[in-house]
Amino acid sequence: MPSRAMTGRGAALLFTVVLCSFAAGARASELFVSNEVDDTVTVLDGDSYKVIATIPTDQRPRGIVETPDHKSVLVCDGDSSNIDVIDTKTLKVVRKIDTGPDPETLATSLSGDELYVSNENNALVTIINYATGKWITQVPVGIEPEGLAVSRDGRIVVVVSEETSMAHFIDTKTWQVVANVLVDTRPRVAVYTPDQRYLWVSSEVGGTVSVIDPRSHQIVHVINFQIPGVDKQYIGPIGIQFTADGRTAFVALGRANRVAVVDPKSYEVEKYILVGQRPWQLTFSPDRSKLYVANGLTNDVTIIDVSSEKATKSVPVGRLPWGIAVVP
Amino acid sequence: MTVRRAVRVSGLLTLALLAGVSRSFAAPAAAGTAPAHTFPIVYLREAYPAPAVMPSLLETYPDDLGLAGAQDAIGEINTTGKFLGWRFKLYVVTLPAGADMAAQARKVFARGPSVIVADLRADDLLKLADAPATKHALILDIRTSEDSLRQRDCRSNVFHILPSQAMRADALAQFLVEKRWTRWFLLQGPTQQDAVYAADVRRSAARYGASVVAARSYDYNPGSRRSDTGYQQIQTQMPLATQVGSDYDVLFVADETDLFGDYLPYNTFDARPVVGTQGLVATAWTPAFQSYSALQMQNRFQLFAHRDMTERDYSGWLAVNIVGDAVMRGRQLSPAGMRAYLRSDNFLVAGFKGEGLTFRTWDQQLRQPVLIAQPLMVVSMSPQNGFLHPDNTTDTLGFDRPETQCRLAQ
Repeated sequence: MPSRAMTGRGAALLFTVVLCSFAAGARASELFVSNEVDDTVTVLDGDSYKVIATIPTDQRPRGIVETPDHKSVLVCDGDSSNIDVIDTKTLKVVRKIDTGPDPETLATSLSGDELYVSNENNALVTIINYATGKWITQVPVGIEPEGLAVSRDGRIVVVVSEETSMAHFIDTKTWQVVANVLVDTRPRVAVYTPDQRYLWVSSEVGGTVSVIDPRSHQIVHVINFQIPGVDKQYIGPIGIQFTADGRTAFVALGRANRVAVVDPKSYEVEKYILVGQRPWQLTFSPDRSKLYVANGLTNDVTIIDVSSEKATKSVPVGRLPWGIAVVP
Repeated sequence: MTVRRAVRVSGLLTLALLAGVSRSFAAPAAAGTAPAHTFPIVYLREAYPAPAVMPSLLETYPDDLGLAGAQDAIGEINTTGKFLGWRFKLYVVTLPAGADMAAQARKVFARGPSVIVADLRADDLLKLADAPATKHALILDIRTSEDSLRQRDCRSNVFHILPSQAMRADALAQFLVEKRWTRWFLLQGPTQQDAVYAADVRRSAARYGASVVAARSYDYNPGSRRSDTGYQQIQTQMPLATQVGSDYDVLFVADETDLFGDYLPYNTFDARPVVGTQGLVATAWTPAFQSYSALQMQNRFQLFAHRDMTERDYSGWLAVNIVGDAVMRGRQLSPAGMRAYLRSDNFLVAGFKGEGLTFRTWDQQLRQPVLIAQPLMVVSMSPQNGFLHPDNTTDTLGFDRPETQCRLAQ
């Protein structure tokens, strides 16, 4: 940002420099969108939102994350029982990692050395050494495990099980489940608040977000959503994201076709932003000025401007977009 | 079909149906597993004779229809129970065909009120519900669709899982109106239930602005099933049965006992689609359904039962899940407490329909979106967009509160 003192020519010069650095080949950020039905990952340019590449994957790509070093994007191929490793430079699948049956989604450890994969059909979390692809262990959890969250100290991995309706806390030293919290029906996503004091769990069919104290494993608050003119049963919270300062939360509401803006202090819903149909997962741009929403039924990604809390654009991707990874 | 004919009560009588279920909900399970308390569920069925020859060789009639769904669900709620200190056990009781229901109920439920998953036909279900021994039981009906059981013959101890006939007719009607295929030829079979469904079709037409432009009773004898020249006979009979003067958009067939409906597609006199009890049907479940995580359910059921999941399996699966939810989330152990919970705003069960399923308080019918399906594909799911309701869109299907004839004894 130009400082306030910088005026006239100085600002113009800086602007030119910035332009040049782009022209010199430093690519803008890229969005990697997994298309569950197409068996592809769509790569969008983070400035123009034009499709840069459509990468074929194995069958039923869903959970998608970038590695901490941004060199790779990992996508779970549910019906092929593996992870496709996409090189973010060449935009090609360069490696496959065996995950065991039906991987739905995944998370990486803080260092990126380990992968945590939820095996939806087997009620397991598979822990994999990323470098070797070898399984470290498998942890039995509830039925249809899905969303994963890793605490910032790396000591706890949380997985939610859709059919069992629980958040399971797994100790990463012992790989034992140390606590189970019953939440509302069909939990999908778990996310720690930026200050790590709470864990938010969305329940798609229950229509709520449970706020859990991760130390006491008690639910301290349940967030409800009410939208005038929308039947209660269509409100299906899935993706959750917090701004870096933790002062605003965004919750995708599935068939209600909206993203809720929530104040994490008061738990009041401040606003509902209309997006595409059945928004599932949300991801921020690297500078967190934009929020990207994958809309499962309309096959597009809605871009929300974070400061104005407005949907600015929707761009088409493949069929049934599931999740989005962003690489700076 | 080999259904156990003897009443299996020996194991059951040793069961302390409720006596064993007395624990507090004081502390949540903090560790991986907690000591288990057992909660019994009785799966009650009757050894009905297998249906006569099925019209199609592709149709099967597994002898664990419904039961396999309930058994699969027991495994699932026990996974939850493992973390919360509960263990559910399914006691399967198969009564001989034609059993005296009141007398059998007295024997089976001698120990007090129970939670019963009832895989019974409408007449037997009513006898079970009215038996003195089950007056205070909770009966989850997983088999019937008869309107009468949701209307004048409703009972306060019975909850219905499957959509009623009227819900099915409304689900199809909404789809047809959405398609603007609003002129219907109603072809009605000979049974009393066919007459009920035909009346539902007329009711749906009136509700949604469609019209029955032609109606006829089917009175041919479908004697040509499975004979060497069967298809030739059918090819002659069905055009005759469907030749009507009026121009219509779809043939709406009311054949609740699968007598002739499956012969209709491609055999009608005019080139028209067939909907209703056959052809394009309204159903709670089909093995072809994969949206809203249904694919995971189909996979799990295949692994468990080594066959496709039918509508009754889904119903059995839901019933057991409802009990699991009432115990572990609703914290109810008595049938009376469970009944109150199931009727309350606190209850909902997930059934792969993209929304929580709840019970209508006026007739204790499970409120649910209904699939519109052809044999290999799901075509749609009703309620359709644009059909509105002041409280709950799903209540556009079937008998709504103002229309109910059900007067539940509280």
